Order: sequence, then C-alpha cells, then structure tokens
Amino acid sequence: MTRELDSYLRMDKFPHMWCPGCGNGIVLRSLLQAINELELDQDRTVIVGGIGCSSRAVGYLDFNTLHTTHGRALAYATGIKLARPELNVIVITGDGDATAIGGNHFIHAARRNIDLTVLLFNNNIYGMTGGQYSPLTPANSKATTAPYGTIEPSFDISELARSAGASYVGRGTTYHTGLLKGLIKSGIENKGFSLVEAVAACPTAFGRRNKMKGGADMIMWQKENAVNIKKAAQMSPEELEGKIVVGELHKQEAPEYTAMYDNLIARVMQQAGGGSVTPLKGN
Amino acid sequence: MSNVLEMGRLMQGNEAVAEGALAAGVRFFAGYPITPSTEIAEIMSNKLPQVGGKFIQMEDEIASIAAIIGASLAGLKSLTATSGPGFSLMQENLGFAAMAEVPCVIVNVQRSGPSTGMPTAPAQGDVMQSRWGTHGDHPVIVLSPSSVREAYDLAVKSVNLAEEYRVPVILLLDEVVGHLREKVVLPAQEQIDVLNRQGPETPPESFIPYTSGAKGVPPMANFGDGYRHHVTGLAHDETGAPNNSPVVAEELIHRLHNKISDNLADIIIDDSRFLDDAEIIVLAYGSTARSARHAVKEARRQGLKAGLYRPLTLWPFPEQKVLEIAKKAKTIIVPEMNMGQYRLEVERVVGKHCQVKGVNRVHGELIKPGEIYDTILEVV
Ligand SMILES: Cc1ncc(C[n+]2csc(CCOP(=O)(O)OP(=O)(O)O)c2C)c(N)n1
Ligand code: SF4
Repeated sequence: MTRELDSYLRMDKFPHMWCPGCGNGIVLRSLLQAINELELDQDRTVIVGGIGCSSRAVGYLDFNTLHTTHGRALAYATGIKLARPELNVIVITGDGDATAIGGNHFIHAARRNIDLTVLLFNNNIYGMTGGQYSPLTPANSKATTAPYGTIEPSFDISELARSAGASYVGRGTTYHTGLLKGLIKSGIENKGFSLVEAVAACPTAFGRRNKMKGGADMIMWQKENAVNIKKAAQMSPEELEGKIVVGELHKQEAPEYTAMYDNLIARVMQQAGGGSVTPLKGN
Repeated sequence: MSNVLEMGRLMQGNEAVAEGALAAGVRFFAGYPITPSTEIAEIMSNKLPQVGGKFIQMEDEIASIAAIIGASLAGLKSLTATSGPGFSLMQENLGFAAMAEVPCVIVNVQRSGPSTGMPTAPAQGDVMQSRWGTHGDHPVIVLSPSSVREAYDLAVKSVNLAEEYRVPVILLLDEVVGHLREKVVLPAQEQIDVLNRQGPETPPESFIPYTSGAKGVPPMANFGDGYRHHVTGLAHDETGAPNNSPVVAEELIHRLHNKISDNLADIIIDDSRFLDDAEIIVLAYGSTARSARHAVKEARRQGLKAGLYRPLTLWPFPEQKVLEIAKKAKTIIVPEMNMGQYRLEVERVVGKHCQVKGVNRVHGELIKPGEIYDTILEVV
C-alpha cells in the first residue's frame, strides 16, 4: 500500500530553503517514492545528512534524522549502523561534502561494505557557500574561486566507489526520475555499501556562471548528455567525452560489515563460554 | 572470583580506564591509534565483543568521534581515546556533541606538544584546550585522575555524567597516569552505581526533544525507538528544528550552560589534605598531584603549615572551593607540566585574597616532589 508522499515530510517545516529551479527537490521526491514503494518503516529508518544545500533535506523528512558536520555524515552513520544494524540508514550528501572534505570517510565506508545507502546530490559545485569549485566540477568550468575556469581535473565518484569496495553503484539524473527512483530502491535493498549519484541542477551557483540559463535548461542538458550504461558499452571513449553515463553501474555480492561483526561477536562469546555477561546495576 | 579482586592486581592507568568504562556500561568504542593512549583501544577491541559490544578502528580521529556520537544517538554508551594530535582533530565534532546534547566520553592521555611534540613524554598542556578547544561558547565536563584506581573510578564517573547531563565528558589523563602500573583493588560490579540516560516519559506524539527535564536536562529518545526527531548542530528550537531567532539561540546556549552550572555539587569532585590550618596550599591535579602530596607531607614533617587541594573535576572550575581556600591561605602554589594554564584560572578566582605561584615545566619530564618542596620553602 503506497501512501501520499506528504506523509513522509515534516510539513510544518516548509517552505523549504532551496532556490527556484534547484534540482534538490526532484531528487528528494525520487527518494521518498523509493521509500514508499519499499514500505520502509519511518521509525526504523535513519536519514543522515552532512552540510550543504542538499544535506539540509534531512530537516524536512519525518524519520529519525541527523544533520551532522561537513563531510562527516558517513562516519556518524557508521556508528549508528553498528549500534543498531536492524535500522535502515540512508545518507544524503553533496558532491563537496562527500568527495572533498568527506572523501576519506567515503572511501573507507565503501571499503568496509557497511550497509549504508548514500544518495549523493551531484550539482558539480559548492551551492551553499555560493559557487566555489568542488572535486566534481568539470574542468574548465567557472566558479567563484575559479574565475578563469578550473584547471583541476574532476574525478568520477562512481568509479571511485566501485574500486573502493562498494557493492552497489548507480547514477541517475533529475531528468530520468523513474530511473533514479529505481536505483535508490535497489541501493536500499542491497545489503552493503550503495552509492546512488543523482546529477542535479544548481542554477544559482553553477548554471548562471556556465552558460546555462535556469533549472529547466539544465535538466534539458541532462537529457541531451546522459547515455545509458548499455548504450555506453557500445561507444568509444572519444564518443563518451563529456557525457554522463547513467543506470546501474556496478553490482556485486560481497560480505556486509555489520553481519560479519555479528558473526565475530557470536564466535567470541562462544569461545568465552556461553557469553554470560555480568548484569549492570542500573538506576 | 571476589577473592582475586580483593587481593588486588597490577594494572596500568589506561587499562583501568578501559575496565571502568566497561563496568559503567560502555558498549561502543571507535578510535585511531596514538601513543600514549593506544592500550585503551587495544583492550576495548579485545573485551567489547566478549560482552556483545563493538569496537571499530576508524580512518582518523574525526571519524572516531563522529562514530561514537552516532552510536550514542542509537542508544549505546560510547567512548573514544586519543592524545594531543588526535584530540585536536576531534574538536569540531566535540562541539557537535555539546550542541546536540549527545552523551559520550573522550579520553585524552596528554603527551608533550605542541604538534607531534614528544610523543612518549608526559605533559598537561591540553588543560585549556579541553575546556575551550571547540569553537563557540559551550559547556563541558573534564575529569583528571592521579592514580590507577582513580582512573577507574573517574572512567565510571565520566560515563555516568555524560549520560545524566547529555554532554561530552573529557577524561584527561597525562602520560604518567596512563602508563603507571599500580596494584589496585577494583569494586565488584554490584558496588558500582551505573547511571543511564533518562528516556522520554511522554508518548511519541507529545514528545518534544529539547525541553528541559530533571536537572535541566532534556529526556533523550534513541534513534529507532519510535520517537522520530531531528538532531542538528545548528542552533535549534525545542523541537530540534534549525532556528535563527536571537531569542531561541540565546535561550539554547544559556540552557546548555545552566544544566552544568546548576548542578555543580553533583559534578565537582575534589580531595584535600591538611587544609584546616594551612597557610601554603599546593593546588595540583593529575600526576603532578602525586609529587605535590609528597612535598606537602615533607613540609608538614618539617613543621610547616602546608596543605594540598586536588581538583578531580578540572572543568567546571571549582570556584567556590578555591575562593574559600584563598581566603585562609597566604600562598597557593600551582605546579603544572605546562606554562601555567590552570594557574591563570586560579589567579582569576583568587584575586587579591592571596598570592599565587606556579611551578611550571615543559621539558617532557614530570615535576619532582623536591621542586615543589623547594617552592614551599621559598614562599614561607
Ligand atoms: C568544516 C567546514 N568547512 C567549511 C564549511 C562551509 N561549507 C558549508 S556547505 C559547503 C559546501 C557544500 O557543498 P556541497 O557538498 O557540494 O553541497 P551543496 O551545497 O552544493 O548541496 C561548505 C564548504 C563548513 N560548514 N564546515
Ligand atoms: S544554491 Fe544551488 S544547490 Fe543551493 S538551493 Fe540554490 S540552486 Fe539549490
């Protein structure tokens, strides 16, 4: 039984803080649709955000929500998941949050294959602080801290996640919302570390400076430049230059961290002789 | 079993911290190795799975404190341990725990700094950092033991205070106490008072996450228990929602401070020797207090009116007690393995009531009783 999406929102916290034309709301809608179709229990779901426009989404969601420090959402989420593996833990993060200041936590959470679902809002820029370049800003783009265009190459976060050990990786856009919802669903269902990258428009801090008029223009850009993974397999690297490959990029069965931890505890307790624990004197 | 305990056993300060934390109910530890605190992580990695708890070695200290905050929000009593460089990295998230009122304990076994300094040499250079290390006005509780048994007791107390007041508590050792081996007799588990966080008394529909309860502390609902709510490091109202109103922000910061300052009798622990008629008082903490005790005893043997005051709670500062002492004393001597960090606070409180004199060493060796004794002779 699916429900009205409003019932997953803290309606009293609206209006939201995002600019007109911002892609964040579209990504959020796909997330709620996925949660709805999977019928996740709100009480048993934790949504953790970092710092940035995208991460602010957590405040509007009627779940157990945690708005952390810049880049550290995955480290907080690791503690939550280890403490209560039975909870669904979803992490909302931005491209700067996840891949610059939080890059190390990202690599290690993926390496552990801990059962977290990361929804990365990739708007190619630091939105909240007004448009500085991020590790996912395409080379030669303009940013407030790259007035002459960036000379740094950007990296492919999906590729990074896969090589670090993530067991599920997908990429969608705010044009391909059905695809995005499906990827988020599969990411949540995967028992292990999942990355779903959502390419989203930031007209205010990125579009304006990079010859894209508004949110609608930027969504059209996504439509024109996205290539499905199946089609991409038939294309040469030259043909793929500047394109965004979307779809399910990687899926692999791999042991999940908290499950392995529970096995370890069972083994240690058995060795220790039945695992009798001195009861704590509480009050 | 209890016979073995009563006979006592040889134990290291760091080991006592781990044992105390476990006895107080800690079931989650996240950390990153650093001398001279590493033994705590090693012991926790061994013992936690035996009691159904979890240990994780994180990628750095920023992640370590983040993970213990996460685990605490999900209901587990949580601990991390580090030393100077790692403690510096923890500061931002320590502020998060203070702002969002998440119980957790951070052990800092101080080594000589600044920077990498002398990794195996003792110091007390983080006394001010433990109070003011994270940005913004924030409340904090800092406890500092002088012996192995005290390390155990204060580990229990740290966990209890964190849970009761929903604050990060810093257990501040120095390398000497961390690596000291002493014979200790530990209390049986039944003799230890274990405090747990106060849960909500209202049903989820009427639960307001940040309204004061007993002692000014809001009851805490754990993630996953049916009390959906929002936790943030932004200034927030009683519902936990971000709020930029000057009134709301000021009320929040005052409430965070008041829950500590209204309960000082509960939080401040100290110890005094020969204070009744004392004219020269040595005020010392951590391993330096061990030397101070020898110096004061020697002075008494020589017929000098010397006394010892030993704060075990460094922060909040035991203002009332220090003022009381100052009114009767001629001189307060403050020996510290730093440039005089705690002395500054003593001077502030004492004002013109008596003279304050420091004995300060920053050479990576502990302060010997003779150095303090000589200073007593100097001021007589
Ligand atoms: C430690 C720290 N450094 C810097 C900042 C300032 N800051 C806030 S949001 C942000 C960038 C966010 O960019 P991104 O993660 O891409 O999210 P977006 O706003 O684009 O959604 C920065 C640098 C901060 N809050 N904390
Ligand atoms: S600055 Fe960009 S990311 Fe932030 S709300 Fe505006 S459009 Fe969205």
